[in-house]
Amino acid sequence: MSMPVRTSTRPFDVVVVGGGVMGCSAALFLARGGMRVALMERDALCRAASGVNAGTLTLHMTRAALVPYAQRGWQMWMETKQWLGTENLAVPAPGLCLAFIESERDILRARVTARRQYGARIDLIERAAACAIEPGLNPAVLEAAYCAQDGFASANLTGRAYHMSLRAAGVEIFERTPAARIEQSDGCYRVQTSAHHAACLRVDAKRLVLAGGVWLEPLCAMLDVHIAVKTLVNQLIVTERMPPVMRSVLSIANGLLSMKQFANGTVLIGGGWQGVGDRQRGAVETIPQNLIGNLRLAQHVVPALAKARVIRIWMGLESETADAMPMIGPLPGLNDAWVIGCVHSGYTSGPFMGKLLAQTMLGEATELPLFDPSRLTTLPRFHREPTPQELNA
Amino acid sequence: MLEFDVAVLGGGPAGTHAALAAASAGLRVALFDENPRADSRADARVLGASNLTTFFSHPVWSVTTGYRIDAAGPDGPTQSLARALIVACGTTDRVVPFEGWTTPGVIGLAAASMLLKSPVKLPGDSLVAGCGPLIAAIAATAIEAGCRIAAIADLAGTADWARKLPAMAARPDLLLQGLGWWQTIRRAGTLRYARHSLVRVEPEGKRLRATLAPCDAAGRMIDAKPSFVLADRIIVSHGLCPATEMTRLLRARHRYSSDAGGWIVAADEHGRTSRALLYVAGDAAGAAGAAAAEIHGTLAGLACASDLCGTDAGRVRPRIELLRRKHRRAARFGRAMGKLMALRPALEGLRPETIVCRCEGVTRSEIDAACDAGATDMNQLKAWTRCGMGECQGRICGDIAGDLLMLRTGAASREQIGYFTGRTPLRPVTVEALTGNFLYEDIAIPNAAPL
Repeated sequence: MSMPVRTSTRPFDVVVVGGGVMGCSAALFLARGGMRVALMERDALCRAASGVNAGTLTLHMTRAALVPYAQRGWQMWMETKQWLGTENLAVPAPGLCLAFIESERDILRARVTARRQYGARIDLIERAAACAIEPGLNPAVLEAAYCAQDGFASANLTGRAYHMSLRAAGVEIFERTPAARIEQSDGCYRVQTSAHHAACLRVDAKRLVLAGGVWLEPLCAMLDVHIAVKTLVNQLIVTERMPPVMRSVLSIANGLLSMKQFANGTVLIGGGWQGVGDRQRGAVETIPQNLIGNLRLAQHVVPALAKARVIRIWMGLESETADAMPMIGPLPGLNDAWVIGCVHSGYTSGPFMGKLLAQTMLGEATELPLFDPSRLTTLPRFHREPTPQELNA
Repeated sequence: MLEFDVAVLGGGPAGTHAALAAASAGLRVALFDENPRADSRADARVLGASNLTTFFSHPVWSVTTGYRIDAAGPDGPTQSLARALIVACGTTDRVVPFEGWTTPGVIGLAAASMLLKSPVKLPGDSLVAGCGPLIAAIAATAIEAGCRIAAIADLAGTADWARKLPAMAARPDLLLQGLGWWQTIRRAGTLRYARHSLVRVEPEGKRLRATLAPCDAAGRMIDAKPSFVLADRIIVSHGLCPATEMTRLLRARHRYSSDAGGWIVAADEHGRTSRALLYVAGDAAGAAGAAAAEIHGTLAGLACASDLCGTDAGRVRPRIELLRRKHRRAARFGRAMGKLMALRPALEGLRPETIVCRCEGVTRSEIDAACDAGATDMNQLKAWTRCGMGECQGRICGDIAGDLLMLRTGAASREQIGYFTGRTPLRPVTVEALTGNFLYEDIAIPNAAPL
């Protein structure tokens, strides 16, 4: 027996499927642009990657070509009072990226050069200067890259902030409603949950935005658009509250450590060390040796962390396309359907990316170009046999 | 990496008996406990058993598929593999918040037991407040140790206790033990405030002043004059919550049972959970008392042995049947006690400024505000308020926060709002206890992120 269907009487102007930072921001700016917006989320708003990531707002780790986007995203995070209605969600802090061995120094210099070309104001500094910025730093550091435009947000509060703002903007929020079917007919998109789902829902809208993070691959496939999306399972570690041991956002040039101390004294340690999971089962479990590797890097960078107690470890799913660049733009072969996601360090640039897509959909001038998803389309893997020509190619 | 057939987590009555049962079936068993020794009654037998390796003083911080067990031992981190896992982690003391419950001098049952075990006699007067048999047990133990008990505030009345007599008769020995506690208390001339709820504690000079309010069977305050008691410390016990962090971590199926102490892992009579070769034994499967836990431990150990090596069912069936009958009797008694310890629906009267999550200092009004802002499940509540994010990882506040979330959102069931996701580390552990000795150059680094 299926549950009664909740449905809307008249079509929305747009339905956004996926309530992470990108989907929420797009929904918010579309609503402020005058559209009647529905937002469907499989779990709760910003409870996946957007709510459990390390909150790092950095240019050191974002891909070089995304620096201009990340800079604008960073600015938005620092001004959430103005556009999101929530204060103190993010704080600025200096960002230090470190090299302890020669091979890391080479990576560090290459990364700094690449990022500077895209407008990041990052400078190489000597050991003494790095230790002056961060007194708790292991003096074995060889060289560091310094960026004033860095900082972090409390990712766990992201959902609450967007909830308030979206409701005020008149967005209709549907949580715990995973989309199981998307159909297009009569110039309208119909998004439905499974008939057996506890909160059975059907939403009709003239426009569609897919913003489902790691679930973008199956969501796009519902419209016969086939784009491979890889799922990364990032582990995160937080310590108990402790006296101040760091005042900057710390990372290592190899990209496998990010670390900062929050105002409440807890130290959050990440860096993309992998756990076990996938989009079907979510984050399943941690891999102990990867946690230990992550913690060894952290302890090496700030030796005082040795005595800190770890109190919680969790995981978040990060999405990545085949070329590790974003897909933000119209879905190929469809009218009024858009996709947004797979942005490396997407939390930093997320608010700006969502705004950018909304501006495009509203026909407004945009500051920076989008990222055409059509470059990523692959053969439908399950729907038909490849032709001989395709096989020969 | 050390390899075993079975790993038993927890060295209490259930864990030791599970370990002995599995070992007696010829399996290689590892028993882990964070304490330096096992439950005293089984201690000698556990230590003497062949093919049983004990890891005392080894807090387990992670269990993953395999099963791989990571512990922080006194000589550094250890890793073990076991085909099957028996979780016998017992319970956590429940303290239902009240005004001033985080005041120094207000302690839980575990802390009180530790104090009473120390050779130094507890000075001054203690007030014991809460519900269930454990308040009588701790008061009697304290009196026998020469301590003064100022009074006992019992949420239950004499009639509430009397209603449990038929079930208690299932184990006359335990019934007599309980009656003995109350006799000790009466002989000492200790005041008992029946159907009284401890609603406020405030410092008065160097002592604590407790307000005891008369209440109904549901624990709700009734319109009658409160009493006041002065004491040097206040021991509070509102029953026991089964420890589910391990089974939540392993994503076994759970169900909510108020009488069993809250969320419990779904399991059959032998402790088999929804996950293959994962068993639960004793109070962790639902608070039913130490007597039932021992027998349940043996049952789980035998079930595990039978599943792993296909023990000749015909040979052990008579023994298992006998154990099951014994367990039902003991559990009948234990569950009647569980009902006396169940969470009362009285939280609606909790004042807005009262702290619910003491690790993170989250008050009731903050929980209510998060609900009003749109939080409708436990993990959303946790993210938005930090309730359950602290040192205890929600062991103490989880059940209470769940009740408050239901009250405020009008959710139909605990199942609807869920529970805090199980996370490692199962207990806080220092960074250096996990990192051990290492050279920076030797850290195995995966591929670097793209430029």
